[in-house]
Amino acid sequence: MDNNLIDRMEQVPYRNLPSKLSLLLLTMLFALTVANPVAAATNILPTQAIDTAAGEALFKANCAACHKLYKKATGPALFQVGDKYEKKWLYSWIKNSQEMVKSGDAQANAIFKEYNGAVMTSFPQLSNTDIDNIIAYTYKAKKAVAAAAVTTATTSSNSGGFSNDLILGALVLVFGLLVVMLVLVQKTLKRIAEANGVTYAEKPARKPIWQAFIDNQFLVLVACIFMLLSSGYFAYGYLMQVGVDQGYAPVQPIHYSHRIHAGDNQIDCNYCHSSARKSKHSGIPSLNVCMNCHKNIGEVAETTLAEGKNEYGVDYNAEIQKLYAAVGWDEDTQSYTGVSQPVKWIRIHNLPDFAYFNHSQHVTVAGVECQTCHGPVEEMEIMYQYAPLTMGWCINCHRETNIQVKENAYYEKIHEELSKKYGVENLTAAQMGGLECGKCHY
Amino acid sequence: MKEIINMKNAMKIAVVTLVSLIMVSCFDNAKPNYQYMPNMYAPVGYETYGDYEIFPSGQEAMLPVDGTIPRGWEPYDYPNTTAGLNDAKATLTSPLAVTQESLAQGKQLYDIYCAVCHGEKGDGQGILVKREKILGIPSYADPGRLITPGGVYHVQMYGLNSMGSYASQTNQEERWAITQHVMNLKATLEGTPLLVPEEPAADNTEEKSTSTSVAGH
Repeated sequence: MDNNLIDRMEQVPYRNLPSKLSLLLLTMLFALTVANPVAAATNILPTQAIDTAAGEALFKANCAACHKLYKKATGPALFQVGDKYEKKWLYSWIKNSQEMVKSGDAQANAIFKEYNGAVMTSFPQLSNTDIDNIIAYTYKAKKAVAAAAVTTATTSSNSGGFSNDLILGALVLVFGLLVVMLVLVQKTLKRIAEANGVTYAEKPARKPIWQAFIDNQFLVLVACIFMLLSSGYFAYGYLMQVGVDQGYAPVQPIHYSHRIHAGDNQIDCNYCHSSARKSKHSGIPSLNVCMNCHKNIGEVAETTLAEGKNEYGVDYNAEIQKLYAAVGWDEDTQSYTGVSQPVKWIRIHNLPDFAYFNHSQHVTVAGVECQTCHGPVEEMEIMYQYAPLTMGWCINCHRETNIQVKENAYYEKIHEELSKKYGVENLTAAQMGGLECGKCHY
Repeated sequence: MKEIINMKNAMKIAVVTLVSLIMVSCFDNAKPNYQYMPNMYAPVGYETYGDYEIFPSGQEAMLPVDGTIPRGWEPYDYPNTTAGLNDAKATLTSPLAVTQESLAQGKQLYDIYCAVCHGEKGDGQGILVKREKILGIPSYADPGRLITPGGVYHVQMYGLNSMGSYASQTNQEERWAITQHVMNLKATLEGTPLLVPEEPAADNTEEKSTSTSVAGH
């Protein structure tokens, strides 16, 4: 027994060991990653001062459109490109690649053919030192796997402050304890009193409360009326929401976050829903529109990935892979396989067949913001139906909204005549005929 | 006696809470609500983007039949190759007259489709570049590139390298309007004179512009 205790006490000083060890490992790793590119860079060009930071800026401004460091893109991956080609060759290739291809240079023609004759833009503005800096930057080692970043993010987010739920839970616990204590105290007091010989007089049998209630005819009447009214209220409410899909948020085949695309990245709604400008439907973008950007963006940033995993339980990279599978994009060869499958998006906003609605009329002619009907889409991680889309809701907006007549020759004449007729300065959509049955039902 | 009644009451309360819980739990946001008369809601015809057995792979959204063209579509003869691009740069010219409207339309469309990467000023500093999502977008004033209206149109049509095609999101007239705006941005960056809009000569042009803008009825 005693021995065990001592054993346990001796273990205590070592309990920090794992974390200390991992810290040591981390620092070593860090030192290695920092040391590597510097060493490599100095190996290549010992005489000149190399500025990897300037190289990084130049790389991002000029090369990154077609080249990635560790992955093939439009052009080859550039990690440690200085080992693959002579420095002089790189200078002239970067400054004018087509001239080298024409001059019959074997290496130039080989790479030109390998990438199906994609022409590399000439960069005459880059000096040799600039190119040296860029090459030095390409020796930057790949960061440790994203998993580490995710775990650190989770721990930090967990340790940061108490959540409201935790505080509430603690309060409830304290309250419960108090109640239990009160009951216990009352019981013991009673027991002590009984032990001391105090006797409690038997209470006379009272009229039960429901008997009293039934005897009071007025109260019964009032209660009945109240019950009828309230059940009528709830029944009305229930019947009125049948057929209304407000808040409908189905699980889509690919987790597409409007929050990231329209919110964080501020991509215009019309970029993807391009037919909202000129047709009845706002249009679900075909996958080639996704690929306009995602041809380049195969992985999300580490912070975005961690955010998705921690807050929404979604692996955004896996969702991008779903897109690639559906559109038939092969990342390794950077080409389409030709094997594609439709993504079965689930329709959210659905007007009944007997109501006609035209997007272009509202978006282009009236200039209504998408958010007026669809709500704060730029904040929605999962898309849901914001408006009730009932007839009353449509009519209400038509009554309240003035039509756009400024610089709109189409409405000029009718606006002049109607505003005279109604004696108002600005016509509402309703006054222009926005309440006529045949406008939406035919 | 009293206890039995209490038991009964408790049972009743339990049943009521259970029923209300069941009713509340029926409101599942991932499922559409009930409808009064579904056959009034559901369309008789095939709906856009619908899923119907009659179509190949069940998809209503299909490519047009081979050899058919949309109304107003014009053939584009330059192939999607480097030679085609160089050809377009040298020989392709805009059929769209420069007007106040076309410039305004060009700016509006450019801000929707192009500015996220190329930046509103055409300097390659769009929001996606600033946030380092997409990198290496050149400025239109980049000296290593020959930017002509024909080339700009060709690149919108087919895409180039990492840039995708915008032919599915814009039509011919819109692409030429965007081209005008791009050339204006390039001129602004380089400090050269801008495109001069033609004076609206007669009623002719006005009629044309209104008749095109009232599409979609």
